[in-house]
Amino acid sequence: MTVNDLINADIFKTIKVGTSPEREITKPFNCDLLSIAMSKAPSDCAWITVMGNVNTLAVATLADVACIILAEGVLLDEAGAAKLESTDITVFSTDMPVFEASLAVNNLLNA
Amino acid sequence: MAASNTITLHYDVPNDDFTRAGEASSDLKSKLKQMGVDPGAIRKVAIALYEAEINMIIHANGGTIDVEISETGLKIVLKDVGPGINDITQALQAGFSTALEQIRILGFGAGMGLPNMLKNTDDMIIDSIVGVGTTITLFINM
Repeated sequence: MTVNDLINADIFKTIKVGTSPEREITKPFNCDLLSIAMSKAPSDCAWITVMGNVNTLAVATLADVACIILAEGVLLDEAGAAKLESTDITVFSTDMPVFEASLAVNNLLNA
Repeated sequence: MAASNTITLHYDVPNDDFTRAGEASSDLKSKLKQMGVDPGAIRKVAIALYEAEINMIIHANGGTIDVEISETGLKIVLKDVGPGINDITQALQAGFSTALEQIRILGFGAGMGLPNMLKNTDDMIIDSIVGVGTTITLFINM
């Protein structure tokens, strides 16, 4: 499944389409502690988190994740929203809890 | 003096500005990508340098980063004039952190900074004097 496929699945709200929507998503990944996400997030994962600050965008870029899904209705804070335009990563939001959002991604990956 | 085939880069890390954390790491990552460096090595560099940037912002009033890129690898020198590290052995333990609550709210302060730097480098030298500052030198082979 590509990021584009996830956009077209229309289960999450697309906040920003990144520069590489054709990239493959390999698995969902959950973590809200940024240092742990930085070292553990697999490349090309869909990162589901409730941490919606500017550093989430930096970690996502450096860890080379495929996309970010902000769960539980969380939105980017002011600095994060300002940084969004220059970010290459696709960002979604959803009111779903983290587990349900992860399950939805997993179900699409295994459909 | 650096060898002629060595590329040097310098970055300043601002004091207490989390919105700019990762600028040096992102820039270095882009440059290494353009140079065709192995993606696994780039990831290690990005993780180690991002943790260093965050540490400088959280604990040390900012600092400087000097990078030397050669055919064999990277040498990264991180310098600050912060409070210094009182117990380096303790600071290297995963989970140990002196970060304040407001830092933890941002998702940092899990005590993984120095351990992540150590894990993602081939060698790491810490030279710290309490009340004077800290210099950390990272080596990443390529």
